[in-house]
Amino acid sequence: MKTFALAGNPNCGKTTLFNALTGSTAHVGNWPGVTVDKKEGVYKGGKEHVAIVDLPGIYSLSPYTPEEVISRNYILDEKPYGIINIVDATNLERNLYLTTQLLEMDVPVIIALNMMDEVEKVGDKVDAKALEEALGVPVVAISALKSSGIKQLMERAAAMPGTRKGATVLDSALKSEIAVARAYYEADGVSSPLFHAIKLLESDEIELERKGAKAALEKAAKGADMEAVIADERYKYISSNLATAKVKANREALTKSDKIDRVLTHRIWAIPIFVVVLFAIFHLTFSEDLFYIGAIANAAGTPLPTVEELGLSGGAAQTLAVFYDGAVFSPGVILFNALDAATGSLLDVIVGAMENGGAAAWATGLVGDGILSGIFAVLGFLPQILLLFLFFSILEDSGYMARIAFVLDRIFRRFGLSGRAFMPMIMGFGCSLPATVNTRTLADDKERTATIRVIPFFSCGAKLPILTAIAGGIVTAFGVGNADVITFGMYVLGVCTAIIAVLLMRNTTLKGETPPFIMELPAYHLPGSKNLMLHLWDKTKHFIKKAFTIIFASTVIIWLLSSITWDWKFIDGEKVGRFGEVLTMEDSILASVGKLIQPLFTPLGFGSQLGSWGWVFAVAAITGLIAKENVIATFATLAACIVAGFEGTDEGIEEAVIMIQNTGITIPALIAFIAFNMTTIPCFAACATAKAELPKGKFKWTVLFWVATSYTVSSIIYTVGSWWWTLFIWLAVAAVVTTLIILRNLGKFDICAIFRRKRK
Amino acid sequence: MAVKLLSDFTVGESGKITGVSGEGRIRRRLFDMGVTPGAELTMRKKAPLGDPIEITIRGYELTLRKGEAACVEVELK
Repeated sequence: MKTFALAGNPNCGKTTLFNALTGSTAHVGNWPGVTVDKKEGVYKGGKEHVAIVDLPGIYSLSPYTPEEVISRNYILDEKPYGIINIVDATNLERNLYLTTQLLEMDVPVIIALNMMDEVEKVGDKVDAKALEEALGVPVVAISALKSSGIKQLMERAAAMPGTRKGATVLDSALKSEIAVARAYYEADGVSSPLFHAIKLLESDEIELERKGAKAALEKAAKGADMEAVIADERYKYISSNLATAKVKANREALTKSDKIDRVLTHRIWAIPIFVVVLFAIFHLTFSEDLFYIGAIANAAGTPLPTVEELGLSGGAAQTLAVFYDGAVFSPGVILFNALDAATGSLLDVIVGAMENGGAAAWATGLVGDGILSGIFAVLGFLPQILLLFLFFSILEDSGYMARIAFVLDRIFRRFGLSGRAFMPMIMGFGCSLPATVNTRTLADDKERTATIRVIPFFSCGAKLPILTAIAGGIVTAFGVGNADVITFGMYVLGVCTAIIAVLLMRNTTLKGETPPFIMELPAYHLPGSKNLMLHLWDKTKHFIKKAFTIIFASTVIIWLLSSITWDWKFIDGEKVGRFGEVLTMEDSILASVGKLIQPLFTPLGFGSQLGSWGWVFAVAAITGLIAKENVIATFATLAACIVAGFEGTDEGIEEAVIMIQNTGITIPALIAFIAFNMTTIPCFAACATAKAELPKGKFKWTVLFWVATSYTVSSIIYTVGSWWWTLFIWLAVAAVVTTLIILRNLGKFDICAIFRRKRK
Repeated sequence: MAVKLLSDFTVGESGKITGVSGEGRIRRRLFDMGVTPGAELTMRKKAPLGDPIEITIRGYELTLRKGEAACVEVELK
């Protein structure tokens, strides 16, 4: 099967074309959001099937971010049959800059001139024929969004001869220099010598690593600065020879995009608008009082009736309770309730059928309490996680995310990051995996490392169940506080921890200059619904796979360990042990393992100081290392064991209450427990992703960082919450640490200042 | 003809780039994004907090910090 690689600038419609080409065959990776990984699919529309590989969106083949390196290495090393270079016709000049570099490689290239419909809409014209003649490779006009011209594109791509010699637009200006550099590569038999030769003249970091490269560069360039000349020549060639293909019509001063931009990046309103957008997203996903209608009615003295007060019963009440109960629910909560009702009745049917069929108690227990409760507890949050994803995908695809980075860069710089780091962080609220992968768009290694480390502190969708269950449990069991306030407060705590952690790292282990911020602001456009749906479908597939593999296995294991004793007796409330006592879960394998690790958590409030069931918190925290959904799934499984006949709830609040009442845990310790789960080592999958994305050797320190942070944050919460005067001890410690860091850095202060002056 | 640094531009001013300096990677990136001598640019706006800035260059919108804009010398139109 022939393989074609899709290459092009970011925001040129590459992902859309990829989706249009590969459709349902696409293996679009595990995460939605942004094209930052190698995605593969098959195009079946032609005579023969063709494999398509989607490369990251790049502006150039210089190694600036890891994405450029990925694309460059893929084309050079994997040697695809050809490259489909997507060129945004609305922005020919900059898009063709990459094209001139791709053409220097010894690989067949075909150009897909995208967004021709947009060009025609504003009255401009791009002559594909003229472009084809000037570039010497096939050019086909397409519209990825409308899937037009794609068949023709692929026909011509398949008809291309299998080999092509690289050609450059720099020949007239730099002929002799290129020839000298080229000879150096040709002597070694390197493929694509022209490409390498020109990169060497640009003093490219990767090329200079080659043996003898420095001498070859010296010989070819004779000390002259080739970098500026080459970039300049490329653009000169494009504007004089290729841009003539474009005929611009006169247009009104302000396009629609400009008008939207004026509001969204307004000097005063930009930040408030952003806060409102973010709030609206979380409100629509999680609120149980849509637009505060219930609260407003309450304030007006005419509270809306609850389902109970309406006097409804049976199916009608159940159906209504999905949408409304004294207040209208948000779309996220409605979807959550609907799924909850469906899985709840399914659970009843299955358990009922098993009981009626005379299945053994252990089998019913395993299926009902172990497997199904665990999986349903996890699946229950799928609608809200998907909704959150949908909103973030819309922000990303519409071009608003880039503006947010633009608006917030000034604030982020204070912490030694660029505004670009904002995107992965905010994505972390959805899921750490795509967020971690998204850090590839950051150019600076230290910035990437710092960002990846704090991403888990932006509490992800899977940690939300822990928050809602325990916050709800606190309110129900102690009758204090407001669950929403506690939940929101924990989100804020996570963000504050991230800020402090970044500040600390950027001043100690990850010191370095603030990375540059040079970024395109793409034109606003409506995100294509097909792309969004593909994103969501991928996410769903990934989530369900996770629920039925890792989480399935761990719930079964936890259930088993909590149901059998060391001498393999099943605990069913009847069997007796050696001394004639009735076996309870306290005798289980899980209990003894839990008790063993329990002392580790004593400084955090959920260790040895707790009563008889205290070890459940230790066990829950450990199972959370596999997947955060496990924490509440563990509660659900164990609650069913503690209270005979207890039926799990999807929100986990009753489970949390059972835990609280049976362990005697305090409020500060519960908060510390949430904080621990939020800031400690993230789930298994996130760890694996972080390991893959972090620079070499950084992963073990990252794990240590997570452990240390969660331990510190949780013990501060527990000790200060239990004994307020310990606050002064912590403040003193913080003061000493800060002074030490400042003193240490003071030694280098002068050097930094001189360097800064020099740059100016 | 007045030559000044892009970082000193006010909103609405435009001109032609005469020189690009700066440390290796920043300079490389500026070139790749089309900020090369001879290119024409217009200062579009400043971010709400005064920095970074947004310019129109080669038909698209580019944002960069004042620190990076200080590497770009522009001849005012």
